[in-house]
Amino acid sequence: MILKNITENSGTNHNNPASALMLQEKRKDLRKKEHRPAEFLIEHTIRIVSFLSIAFIMLIFIFVFREAASIFSPHQGSHTTTAATETYTIETYGEPENAIPEKSSVETYGGDDIVVLPSMESAVRPDDEAIPKSSIKNLFDKIWQPTSVIPKYGIWPLLVGSFNVALLSLLIAAPLAILAALYTSTFASNRIKEIVKPIIEILAGFPSVVIGFIALIVFASILQSIFGLQYRLNAFTGGIAMAIAIIPVIFTISEDAINAVPRSYVDASLALGAEKWETAVFVVLPAAVPGIFAAILLGIGRAIGETMIVLMATGNAAFASFNPFEPVRTMSATIGAEMAEVVFGDFHYSVLFFIGIILFAISFLINLTAETVVRKLVMRQFK
Amino acid sequence: MKVIYKPFLRIAIPGISGLAVLTIIATVFSLILLIAINGIPGISWKFLTEAPSDGMTGGGIFPAIVGTFFLVLLMSIIGVPIGTITALFLSEYVEKDSWIVKTIRFAVNTLAGIPSIVFGLFGLGFFVQFVGSGMDQLAGGHTVRWGQPNILWASITMAVLTLPVVIVAVEEAIRTVPRDLRDASLALGATKWETIVKVVLPGCSTGILTGTILAISRGAGEVAPILFTGAAYFLPELPDSLTDQFMNLGYHVYIMATQSPDVDATKGIQYSTTLVLLAMTFAFNLLAIIFRYRVRKKRIA
Repeated sequence: MILKNITENSGTNHNNPASALMLQEKRKDLRKKEHRPAEFLIEHTIRIVSFLSIAFIMLIFIFVFREAASIFSPHQGSHTTTAATETYTIETYGEPENAIPEKSSVETYGGDDIVVLPSMESAVRPDDEAIPKSSIKNLFDKIWQPTSVIPKYGIWPLLVGSFNVALLSLLIAAPLAILAALYTSTFASNRIKEIVKPIIEILAGFPSVVIGFIALIVFASILQSIFGLQYRLNAFTGGIAMAIAIIPVIFTISEDAINAVPRSYVDASLALGAEKWETAVFVVLPAAVPGIFAAILLGIGRAIGETMIVLMATGNAAFASFNPFEPVRTMSATIGAEMAEVVFGDFHYSVLFFIGIILFAISFLINLTAETVVRKLVMRQFK
Repeated sequence: MKVIYKPFLRIAIPGISGLAVLTIIATVFSLILLIAINGIPGISWKFLTEAPSDGMTGGGIFPAIVGTFFLVLLMSIIGVPIGTITALFLSEYVEKDSWIVKTIRFAVNTLAGIPSIVFGLFGLGFFVQFVGSGMDQLAGGHTVRWGQPNILWASITMAVLTLPVVIVAVEEAIRTVPRDLRDASLALGATKWETIVKVVLPGCSTGILTGTILAISRGAGEVAPILFTGAAYFLPELPDSLTDQFMNLGYHVYIMATQSPDVDATKGIQYSTTLVLLAMTFAFNLLAIIFRYRVRKKRIA
């Protein structure tokens, strides 16, 4: 019916605005045609499901923030308590290095009835009221002693620790990965490319806990005997292990950036008589700088967010020092190690979530910078 | 100056960058060899099918394998449909440059960049403390059934973490389905949904599989998100309900290497567990690489 109308209308004068409008209306009608409830339902279900990823981002932000919120209020109390908080366990005081071994003595293994997960065991101080509360004011102090008699929650050493390990790993990984990317995309033959790329992919598939394990068991001892270090686990050991984890990230993105350099640049350079290495160093590399910058940024982001490697290989002592051969405690490792010991809703618990927010913010900013600023730089250059 | 250095640089620059490649390759192989040499002696049928015994200093890792299996299974059941539907929505239902696509893509990219430990915090703060405790409240509030870490919360947390992996892989595969096929189907009178089910989905099934495998390989190796959402050091029984905690290979490696009663005595177990974990993730990655290669070949053809 509608179709017939359209065919009839198609003969009419298109200069007449009214009839053109009518034609448009009719076409709209044609598109609407039958109302299919099933199709409508499916489309909207799909739409809603697709918005889940947006919802998850918001939920992550809201709920990590919610648990951290009590550090901003003067009356911090246990707003969420579960039965697990009733469990009394041995309190660990002092030395953060000892925190992990001590925890294992609390745990029950092989027991039939009470198997306590580290995250469920909680330390409740009987004399909770006697302990002066910390507040937001000293959150950026220089001492992190959450389990001492007077708990100190200064996250400065943790920030230093995170950046210490991240920068060390970057110093090792960035030159290696960028040079390797340069070689693979400019000097290597196709056959070598086909060997190198899957190997990098294999490396990218290494679970971080495996790298952490090797760092803890093997690297730490080797490095200690080579350099005669005082501490077996330190920022340097963690940095080397972390470098292995971020090499694939930096390599892949740098290689993409180098491959994105227009072929005409290379051809022009070669035609002018430049040698292959001159083209690579003076033409290709400078043109790929924005992408390589992005690769480095994303490498830092990955290194700061990575948990298992630093948890296992950096010694976890909260000294605020940039000395690479001293143990450090990073933000992510602090959350990983201490969340198991805190009381739900406690100030310490909230501070750990607050550290989570900082991690979230840092990685978010780094990704955003890498994506937007760099995209602009690349655009400006190639257009 | 430059002229003097030229012959030297001609060799040095490819040489140094080639050396970087060699260093990386050597590192990868030495890591694998190290784990294989130390791990293989401990691997036996008994090791793979028995529970830990003698206060964690003996026995096998069967519960950890089962726990990991259930974790990635639940994770895939939850995450893959969501990821696939999102990818379908992005490529079939909305204009390429609309704000919806941009927002969702931004969300997915952000999701991919969030540190895994933050997912752990999210799992604890949202699923365990909010959803779980809320469910307990609704059920009467006398017993803690859902408001504690368990395999369901860990799996959902992991599903959120691996969502970007699935979405990217499926989207890439959807792009390989030719526009003509869709048009032909629509022209024959099929509805949009019928076209998706009968034309688009069969065309990108390999991509969905690739995404699932990549997600599994990622989910099997991640430890940080499950640290406080459900992983357990030792459980006498295998998990048999969604509210149970579970053992996990990666968590087992971590806990045995750092908190075992006798770290040196259990070194063999640690290496063998690491080897099993590594072999598993490699197998999955290899499968994904093969499938992805097939998808890419199809797109070129």
